[in-house]
Amino acid sequence: MIEFKNVSFTYPSGAEALKEINVKIKDPDFIAIIGENGAGKTTFIKHLNGILKPTRGEIYINGLNTKKASVAELSRDVGIVFQNPDHQLFCETVEEEIAFGLKNFGFNKDIISERVTWALNLLDLTKYRKVSPFMLSGGERKRVALATILAWDPKILVLDEPTIGQDFNQKDKLRQFIIQLTSQGRTVIMVTHDVEFVADCNPKIIVMSHSRIITTGSAREVLTNFDILSKASVIPPQITQLFSQLSDLDLPQNIIDLYEAKQLIIDLTKRRLDNESL
Amino acid sequence: MSIVEIRNLSYSYPGLNKPALTNVDLTIAKGDFIILTGPSGCGKTTLCRCLNGLIPHFYSGDLKGDVIVTGLSVKDNPTSKIAQHVGFVFQNPENQLFALSVEKDIAFGLENLALPRDEIRKRVDRALDIMGITNLRENAPYELSGGQQQRVAIACILSMNPELMILDEPTSFLDPVAARNLFEIIYIFNKELELTIILVEHRLDLLCTYANRVIIMDKGKVKADGIPRDILSSKEVLSLGIGIPKVTRLYNELRASGIHLGDPPISVNEIAQEIRKLILND
Repeated sequence: MIEFKNVSFTYPSGAEALKEINVKIKDPDFIAIIGENGAGKTTFIKHLNGILKPTRGEIYINGLNTKKASVAELSRDVGIVFQNPDHQLFCETVEEEIAFGLKNFGFNKDIISERVTWALNLLDLTKYRKVSPFMLSGGERKRVALATILAWDPKILVLDEPTIGQDFNQKDKLRQFIIQLTSQGRTVIMVTHDVEFVADCNPKIIVMSHSRIITTGSAREVLTNFDILSKASVIPPQITQLFSQLSDLDLPQNIIDLYEAKQLIIDLTKRRLDNESL
Repeated sequence: MSIVEIRNLSYSYPGLNKPALTNVDLTIAKGDFIILTGPSGCGKTTLCRCLNGLIPHFYSGDLKGDVIVTGLSVKDNPTSKIAQHVGFVFQNPENQLFALSVEKDIAFGLENLALPRDEIRKRVDRALDIMGITNLRENAPYELSGGQQQRVAIACILSMNPELMILDEPTSFLDPVAARNLFEIIYIFNKELELTIILVEHRLDLLCTYANRVIIMDKGKVKADGIPRDILSSKEVLSLGIGIPKVTRLYNELRASGIHLGDPPISVNEIAQEIRKLILND
């Protein structure tokens, strides 16, 4: 479980990036954090494995106060995949890159080999096993970064902008994989600007703006709240925008899902046909 | 008039036996606003690197075929010469900004062209003005937000007066409102400065109303090329796994269930109008 108790954080430059954050995230859960550039999202997740420690307040990760634990200790439970893969890749081959974290945690050779093969396969990277990460495309490097963290199977997986450079199929695989992880008891927290991906994933949402959490709720509640979204520089999902434009046709206003939208429009056309035949 | 002519282009990176591009033929007209998209690893970035000479002058490897950009053969001209005609904006502005002030970063490229001092000053002022960042002139790029940094990066390129601007997923690090604002600025360049635009992007929902042409690549080849409305609703493109806008997907889904809504939509307004017509029967 993750617990933030009245957490504030000020960078040495004086910028206050988190203000009075109070939040509890229980295991397992799937959370998306959305908000404008500079809202404090990345600062928030850097507190989860102790890279940053609160200026005021306390954070507990599975009961451990992050001020009293090392980044190495916290990382065993909290794996963070950063936004820019180039900030975390450095080995000669994709295979070594994935093995690196496992070696540091002291896993034995057989387990390392097994986990590396598993992660390569999962992220469609087996053909690049012996290739330098720097020869790969942006989207592929992003998947290598994800594989390095997944390999040690952290209880809490944190993804900063996981859909950048990913095509539709890769995004859909990522979505299915996240759902599989949560069904195995893992907690997944993602920071994203990709509101259509959020609508497809249907997680709980934390909205941040100007260093504060301004609301939390289900995807359906938050993504259909135009006032809150506009405060956080988020454009509502296309489906939600469409139903808002068609509000006079007696359609519900809390729709985010493509297939739900399709069924409602089919029902509406049937009703019209029934009315005509009366 | 064409600004890019690519004839039978194939390329392999050194050490990789799989070609990144295979027999690409492409003509781009002056004034086009092109979205270049396709599955991860399909060769989009590689194609862009061929257009400004990074391939073959920076990346070695095996290049076959011809790439002519603004009348210059890329193989036979140094990148310094091509850079005066083709501007390249990278995905992450951090990778191209390095000076201690915004103004110096913009002036850097111009100083390298050995332009007179007055001309440099004039061009810096103009680029700051067009990008709406005159107030950031003295700021250090690293202390700016992602959206501001990307504007600075574009200002640097714009000051070089390119004829062709290539942007490789320029909004990846921007929030949706900042992304939309950036697309609008690029659209104005395209219309008012007659700048040809090639924009690499996966998120087509915010973008496809601005472009006049979409090129889709897969496995190093051009798979589809045409106006956004036709391309995004074609069955072949669906099977490639491109990020089709949700409203276009809804249109396709409804069509599969026997509900026909006129021309394929590329915006929320368009599909809303069609649904209204269908329901209200007018």
